Amino acid sequence: MNWLIAVLQSMLFVVLAPLLAGWLKCCKCYLQNRKAPSVIQPYRDLLKLSHKQPVVAEQASWIFLISPYIIFSATVLAATVVPFIAVNLPTSASADVIVMVGFFAFARFFLALAGLDIGTAFGGMGSSREMTISSLAEPAMLMAVFTLTMTASTTNLSLAIAHVLNEGLVLRPSFVFALAALTLVAIAETGRIPVDNPATHLELTMIHEAMILEYSGRHLALIEWASQLKLMLYGVLIANIFLPWGIAETFSGQALGYGLLAIMGKLAVLAIFLAIAETLVAKMRLFRVQEYLSFAYLLGLLGMLSHIILEAAR
Amino acid sequence: MTLFLAYSAVLLSFFSGLLGLMMHQRQHLLAFNQYWLNKFPTVSQRCQSAMADCLEEKRFPILLRRAVFVVLGLSGVFAVLAGLSVLIGQGVITDQISLGLPWLPWHVRFDCLSGFFFLIIGIAVSAVSLYGPGYVNSYKESEHPFAVLGLFTGLFVAGMLLVLLADDAFFFMIAWELMSVASYFLVAFQHENPANRRAAFLYLLMAEVGALAIILGFGVLAGFSDGFTFDALRNAQLSTTWAGIAFALALLGFGMKAGIVPVHVWLPEAHPVAPSHISALMSGVMLKVALYGLIRFCFDLLGDVHWQWGVVLLVLGTVSALGGILYAMMQPNLKSLLAYSSVENIGIIFMVLGLSMIFMANGHPQLAALGLLAALLHAFNHALFKNLLFLGAGIIHHQTHQLNIDMMGGLIKKMPKTSVLFLIGCMSISSLPLFNGFVSEWLAFQTALQVDVLNNGVLRSLIPVSAAALALTAALAAACFVKVFGMIFLGQSRSHYCDKAHEIQDKGMLAGPSLLAGLCFLFGIFPGLIIGLINNVAGQLLGETLPNDAALGWLWLAPVSANQASYAPPLVLIGALLAAGVSFWFLRRNPATVMRRAETWDCGFGGLTPKMQYSCSAFTMPFRRIFNKVWIIDERIEKDMRGAMDQDVAAIRYHLEVHDHSWPHVYQPIENGVNTLAKVVGRIQTGNIRTYLGYSFATLILMLWVIS
Repeated sequence: MNWLIAVLQSMLFVVLAPLLAGWLKCCKCYLQNRKAPSVIQPYRDLLKLSHKQPVVAEQASWIFLISPYIIFSATVLAATVVPFIAVNLPTSASADVIVMVGFFAFARFFLALAGLDIGTAFGGMGSSREMTISSLAEPAMLMAVFTLTMTASTTNLSLAIAHVLNEGLVLRPSFVFALAALTLVAIAETGRIPVDNPATHLELTMIHEAMILEYSGRHLALIEWASQLKLMLYGVLIANIFLPWGIAETFSGQALGYGLLAIMGKLAVLAIFLAIAETLVAKMRLFRVQEYLSFAYLLGLLGMLSHIILEAAR
Repeated sequence: MTLFLAYSAVLLSFFSGLLGLMMHQRQHLLAFNQYWLNKFPTVSQRCQSAMADCLEEKRFPILLRRAVFVVLGLSGVFAVLAGLSVLIGQGVITDQISLGLPWLPWHVRFDCLSGFFFLIIGIAVSAVSLYGPGYVNSYKESEHPFAVLGLFTGLFVAGMLLVLLADDAFFFMIAWELMSVASYFLVAFQHENPANRRAAFLYLLMAEVGALAIILGFGVLAGFSDGFTFDALRNAQLSTTWAGIAFALALLGFGMKAGIVPVHVWLPEAHPVAPSHISALMSGVMLKVALYGLIRFCFDLLGDVHWQWGVVLLVLGTVSALGGILYAMMQPNLKSLLAYSSVENIGIIFMVLGLSMIFMANGHPQLAALGLLAALLHAFNHALFKNLLFLGAGIIHHQTHQLNIDMMGGLIKKMPKTSVLFLIGCMSISSLPLFNGFVSEWLAFQTALQVDVLNNGVLRSLIPVSAAALALTAALAAACFVKVFGMIFLGQSRSHYCDKAHEIQDKGMLAGPSLLAGLCFLFGIFPGLIIGLINNVAGQLLGETLPNDAALGWLWLAPVSANQASYAPPLVLIGALLAAGVSFWFLRRNPATVMRRAETWDCGFGGLTPKMQYSCSAFTMPFRRIFNKVWIIDERIEKDMRGAMDQDVAAIRYHLEVHDHSWPHVYQPIENGVNTLAKVVGRIQTGNIRTYLGYSFATLILMLWVIS
């Protein structure tokens, strides 16, 4: 029964990811005085892409062909680990938060290889930049996550969230720092402004788009879907770790329904904040990203230190 | 029985070395055969003809090489069996061999720790002996005699195995020197190149300085005990200061061999110049023997560890891990890159070992066992994937006659099997889930996260920072190996050597790496197999094992308790296969959307050339810019000008050299100091016989005065 709910939750996660992307786009368009596409436009795009014939570069090897499937399934696996509408699900135990970061690394490894595979300047450029940014983002992210896991003394996300939930509304300085760090990392890792711009194909600034330039058809659909999943995943992480209220602790229909409503509400609000931030902030130069990520790391470190000094003092 | 297996492994490796010497004895063997034929004419004719067949001019070297490697492989198999049998039996076997000086027999002790390292050596040697025959065929007998290679490989392996068996300081040092000196000859094997001779000399120099430090370390211990056997050394009662001095000496000695920053410089010099299967053994196994020495010295001989030592190891390990991978990233030579990456991995092992010491000294033996387990598991995993990568590098070198990553590209289509094996190695070393490297790194993180139990505030803030450094290291390693795989195997080929390359024909050269790649995957999915064995090591060494969380079943890995952390790689694998399978099947149903090949988009300018691709130095440029203080970067752009006013650019050359800080900041001052000292001392050497006679006379008088 638990396993069934866990699988259903993960499927729901995967299905809802394009909706968040659509909603985010709507918010942005509204803020920028543009006419917004429908909220379900990402679904239409994915469907359209999956019906198109993929065109593959002559130079491409099997790495290029299997990468979309690997990227997609690694991201889906990462999504199964994160408690979405309910805690205490068995899938969270099969892999903890460090493994989740590992799944992202897995997906990124193949994305970067696929970028190098076709042997163009764009692919190499994207791969190089992606690996640079992610290798700076990963320690910052783990620093933020470790603050949580040390507070809850578990790396199991489900148990950690349950721990935060049971503690009730306590203001922890470490969590404030960790929230800020994780948000900065999330923006960098999901390729949003000011680190990367998902809407542009300007070569000077491209990161994610440069790697997937040669993809088309179903391959592109899978990669797009995976990046929407990743965006949603970071959103759920931030929402459920720092504001876990509303998440289902029992598996009754009512609790699960409330859980779903709660997380959708939280994500909708987060998306509005992201849209506002993206509208207000300009994109950064590539070599300023390191300062941005070092700042995130520093915040994570401060969170960790304040946990050690203020909260865990004996 | 166990000891018999261990001895057989040592003897077989000796024997394989001696067999290698037979390379030049074909004439004598022929004569012997003739003599035998005359003496016993009744012996079956078939046997005779087979013998004569083997001694034929052309077949003899090939058969002999095979025989040498078969014997070496057998030695590896015996080492694996011996290791397994002691690890499963959990016994301690002691013995004495009456070799050496009459009143100093060699003491032998074979316990779980030795057994575990026997296992590592055995697996590596087996893989190398599958690989070897094909690889050494490329050496010309006149330039690079096989006899040298065969002899010293055998002695090298025997030396490593003997180090693990030693139970007294004398025997340990003899075996240690056998290992060092034999490997010196292997590094100097291609000695026609002056750079190789220099690298080999540097290696020998550092190995000997390290050996001196180890001898002094044993000396400190022996000064407080009544003998040189490890049993006596274990009982030595040391004051904190002397224990600290012994630890520092051991750390210097073993650290030099293991390649910890800043005494790592011999690795990137020596590993690239040795034959690939030897670099695989040196990097994958010999560094582990140094690690064994350190663990034996600190946890077993010194006994009660101090947390300050743990901090030293933690800091050194962090510096080595980060420094190693950053230097690795900038190397254009594949084998020096792999050598620097060994520095990184040894750094990770030292970090976790440091954590283990800190927990041990603070009275948390169970967490210390966790740390030791993570360290040993990483040592095991590193031996597997580093061996795999070095053997892969050997195949690439064999087929393209290149080691410069910037000159390769597109090999995935020409060498499909090698590319899969190499990819598995790259994924393991980048610690991606489902592969073995991830498991040990995950355990390292779990160890670091247990920091809450400590009372010392400094430690509690230091350890999470080092955990974050570990995360940075892992991410940089992933970037580095994306670069390695991408530049070598993907894209378009950057030189005509790579255009002409083709898949290796020799089955053995693929079988060796395949064995290692299979093990990398196996232990990534079922880490419990090896963790159970390492648990016995921790049990014997620290008297404490991990809690056996059998409630969750064998699928799960829950090092502390199921409530703290758990990881079930088989379930993850099933999930991944399901997700990939469903998406694959679902998206490919429609026959109208079958894939179409078309030209790569070239921005509309026409004609993509290999030069348009990102090169190795371009790929790492952002890292160079971000971490620019880490290296000494010499980057120049030279322009050839022409025309009336020198205003037209005829050619542009880009020149990049990246150097290690340790040369100008550590070694050069030492070298200058030694030279200055030598000059000062040189003043008393006048070259005049009368002065020397005067010195002798003065010394004699002084001696007489002292005695009387």
